[in-house]
Amino acid sequence: MSAIAMTESPGWNREEMAKRAALDIPDGAYVNLGIGIPEKVAQYVPEGREVIYHTENGLLGMGIALETDEQDPELINAGKKPVSAIPGAAYFHHADSFSMIRGGHIDICVLGAMQVSQAGDLANWSTGSPDAIPAVGGAMDLVAGVKIIYIITQHCTKTGEPKLVESCSFPLTGKAVVSRIFTDLAVIDVITEGFKLVELAPGVDLEYVRQRTGCELIVESDG
Amino acid sequence: MIDKTTGSVAQAVADIFDGATVMIGGFGEAGSPIELIHALIDLGAKNLTVVNNNTGSGHVGLAALIENQQVAKMICSFPRTANSTVFPDLYHRGDIELELVPQGTLAERIRAGGAGIPAFYTATSVGTPLAEGKEARSFEGRGYVMEHGLKANFALVKCARADRYGNLVYNKTARNFGPIMAMAADITIVQTGAQVEVGEIDPEVIVTPGIFVDRIVTVANPVYESRLVNDGRTYP
Repeated sequence: MSAIAMTESPGWNREEMAKRAALDIPDGAYVNLGIGIPEKVAQYVPEGREVIYHTENGLLGMGIALETDEQDPELINAGKKPVSAIPGAAYFHHADSFSMIRGGHIDICVLGAMQVSQAGDLANWSTGSPDAIPAVGGAMDLVAGVKIIYIITQHCTKTGEPKLVESCSFPLTGKAVVSRIFTDLAVIDVITEGFKLVELAPGVDLEYVRQRTGCELIVESDG
Repeated sequence: MIDKTTGSVAQAVADIFDGATVMIGGFGEAGSPIELIHALIDLGAKNLTVVNNNTGSGHVGLAALIENQQVAKMICSFPRTANSTVFPDLYHRGDIELELVPQGTLAERIRAGGAGIPAFYTATSVGTPLAEGKEARSFEGRGYVMEHGLKANFALVKCARADRYGNLVYNKTARNFGPIMAMAADITIVQTGAQVEVGEIDPEVIVTPGIFVDRIVTVANPVYESRLVNDGRTYP
């Protein structure tokens, strides 16, 4: 690993990560997108697929953000940003919205992560620091109730610590809930045996990913 | 004759007492009954337990109620918001209690409270710090925790249109907690953008049936929290 490779930061950028994740959202899916990079996934759904977006504050059929003069402060997404409603959208109250989540009706949820363990445990709501104000929102409901949980995250923290780890040191959002992880370096599945490489980002080699992963990475050709 | 119409926001909240539990509708500013909250600040009832998804922003609405030291305890899912300093400051000083509840569990606890269900089991939070100390049980091989229904003495709710029976329709994502809080409170106080004649709202589209509502007050042009915050406004 050279210093040059570090500064060039090979792999996918944020947009490309979102684009890659969007490829794995099938036609007809009901999808909930978390705040941050996951929000971008909606821009990249391949042509010909119809996907319905759920926002947990009470809208199915969320559309793009409108121009400032067309916004309604009472038409917002879970990140409290103004959005629109597509033709065919529906509004509902919070208990109905979370029945969609907790009752297993939402097909896919895409979330960010602080850490993911090889057992599929997710930590994405708290560092556990005593002076931080705990805030959980709907994250625990989503991971407990949505059928498939995708994670989009940088492979490592800003200080270079792996986010894919043997076991999470941060407080958990849910246990054994993550199916697939899209990072800047690779696509990785969580299977019974641990993390399994699905795909490397262009220009990234396996050794580079292994060095930045906090535990074993299973590769098909390993036999 | 049934007429739940109340003349002013001050009259509508006048009997909220010290130590009451008050559910306040809204997700961020969408659905926040800001005029009723300001009337509650004018009233000055203290030592309140407030149920809301958030803790307000800036120095108006819910944040102003908290800043005015009227709230002893918040029950919410996400007490951090952009432009929110009031709650964090009090929390760090140990001057306000926080009961953190996952958002869906919060909604279901309120719904259960309104439906006469004292407790229920959910998979949300299993295996996390928020499940600690809660009764756990397994159903069909999956773990669940027990959560209690949540009720309140009062609910403050904002809607778009109401009739004198208290039938309500809402505006877009401002609906959020309104319908379930209306069910869960002894006294539900609603500020409506407009009051219409009985029969004008199609029974097929009524979201909250009037049985869940006690008082209606018209606030024709409600202010929006974000606009007050952007203008640097404070309350009182």
